Amino acid sequence: MSDQQPGFDTLAIHAGAKPDPATGARATPIYQTTSFVFDDAQHAADLFALRAFGNIYTRIMNPTQAVLEEKVAALEGGTAALACASGHSAQLIICHSLMMPGDEIVCARQLYGGSINAFNHSFKSFGWNVVWADIDDISSFEKAITPKTKAIFIESIANPGGRVTDMDAIAAIAKKAHVPLIVDNTLASPYLCRPIEHGANIVVESLTKFLGGHGNSMGGVIVDGGNFDWGKNKGQFPMLSEPNASYNGVTMYETFGNIAFAITCRVLGLRDLGPAISPFNAFQILTGMETLSLRMQRHCDNALKVAEWLSNDPRVSWVSYAALPGDKDHDNQKKYAPKGAGAVFTFGLKGGYDAGVGTVSKVELLSHLANVGDTRSLIIHPASTTHSQLTPEQLESAGAGADVVRLSIGIEDVADIIADLDQAMS
Amino acid sequence: MNHDTYEAPYIRKILEDVRTIAIVGASSNEARPSFFVTKYLIDKGYRVFPLNPGMAGKEICGRKVYASLNDVPEAIDMVDIFRNSAVAASFVDQALTLEPVPKVIWMQLTVRHDEAAARAEAAGVRVVMNRCPKIEYGKLSGEWGWVGGNSGVISSKKQSLHGSGKMQSLGIVKQ
Repeated sequence: MSDQQPGFDTLAIHAGAKPDPATGARATPIYQTTSFVFDDAQHAADLFALRAFGNIYTRIMNPTQAVLEEKVAALEGGTAALACASGHSAQLIICHSLMMPGDEIVCARQLYGGSINAFNHSFKSFGWNVVWADIDDISSFEKAITPKTKAIFIESIANPGGRVTDMDAIAAIAKKAHVPLIVDNTLASPYLCRPIEHGANIVVESLTKFLGGHGNSMGGVIVDGGNFDWGKNKGQFPMLSEPNASYNGVTMYETFGNIAFAITCRVLGLRDLGPAISPFNAFQILTGMETLSLRMQRHCDNALKVAEWLSNDPRVSWVSYAALPGDKDHDNQKKYAPKGAGAVFTFGLKGGYDAGVGTVSKVELLSHLANVGDTRSLIIHPASTTHSQLTPEQLESAGAGADVVRLSIGIEDVADIIADLDQAMS
Repeated sequence: MNHDTYEAPYIRKILEDVRTIAIVGASSNEARPSFFVTKYLIDKGYRVFPLNPGMAGKEICGRKVYASLNDVPEAIDMVDIFRNSAVAASFVDQALTLEPVPKVIWMQLTVRHDEAAARAEAAGVRVVMNRCPKIEYGKLSGEWGWVGGNSGVISSKKQSLHGSGKMQSLGIVKQ
């Protein structure tokens, strides 16, 4: 290609996806195989010792998965990426690479309910302790940091409330404390927001949502920003900066430089914890990603029209959508996600819990289910489903109170989406 | 020239042009990055001369180790420096006294010495700093993508298998 830097849409189609070296196949083939033949014994030894690039076993890497990884890394502006079975497994692998028992992670309260659960309960079993902070009080992040803090975790656009986080301010706090800033970019996708440009060091995403985009394949991804000095403070991140016994004393940061975090996640996290993405899912997600820009803009345009309609409906008490002028996050949205506020947002029904349950029961075009980021419009009542494990206080702080309905607006004709909501709310 | 960023064609031309590479600071410790790079460059078909005064006469990856650049019995196309920035200049200056002068001086990740680089460039030597030839070869060949790396390469041309005939080895060929 010419010296011109390729644009986002060109990367979405071409990054990582050269014609197949073995066959010339133009679309990325599905390498549905568990394992790969070694050239000879020395080659095998080099691969296992990380001395050579290459494929060993699909639990660690796979050529279809590799195309997906390079594409996401390119779109996010990272140095490397690792795809895995789901967004949750991506979070687990990240924390496994950064944290030892007794360590702490500072998380925004405004997170997807499943993440709140994982940090509050499951990760406790590993001795990883969460300390909650609040995006409405940025200083709460600084106050939460202790010598045991190993990372700050936020969402760029928070699920379910569609809140847009002031990433620059939190990145400054992370930088001062020399801890990596992890940004879950699932609801924005790199089309709307590129957190690394705002100081994020690690980006995590559920590929299941907008990147795949069609509601048919699970996947998660970790993107290495390549912009964090893992060796600055001795002993702070031992998995990255100390010789690793399971690789004969290789030191990841020294050996792999600005992709050391992605490599660590792959060869120490994915290798041993095991949540590999299937090659078929990687292929499906790759196909979806080629149209990311087209879909994402349509999602945003439709969502804004639905949000405007709801704002003017007497049955609705409030709408939380950052693209609406007057929304408390509107300035942040214009700064961090100027092309749109995404497809996912919440609104309140004056009829409360019962009206929420009633609306999700009566929809005929929208689907009542627990996902976001599908071509189809989706609806859920978080208090009775995704967030039902949370306490009333946690429900409120997560933006999932009893009256709250969450929408993920699809790319159908917007008039049909509005008509269905209208009948379901009556 | 600007040494903060390098255009892909500049790196590609270097990796296509050179055949003999002297590795300053080569290690026999299989966990060290210099060992990784020595091994990789040998596998890609380069004639590699490891340099390490403490190991002179012994072997690394089956290649005889020499004490210094002056001891290497063949013309050196590229000097690859695995020593810190402070001492890198002395190796650059030594390389510039060789006959013939090497075509390329390469300094590894974290190694950079702008004054020494300027002296080399004044002598007609191409310089790369703060980069790794294994990584750059991998990016251009497509192998970097196998580990999820962002190569920055966009192409509708088929990736080329390496001339070694090995199944899992991609190569750089002239376009």
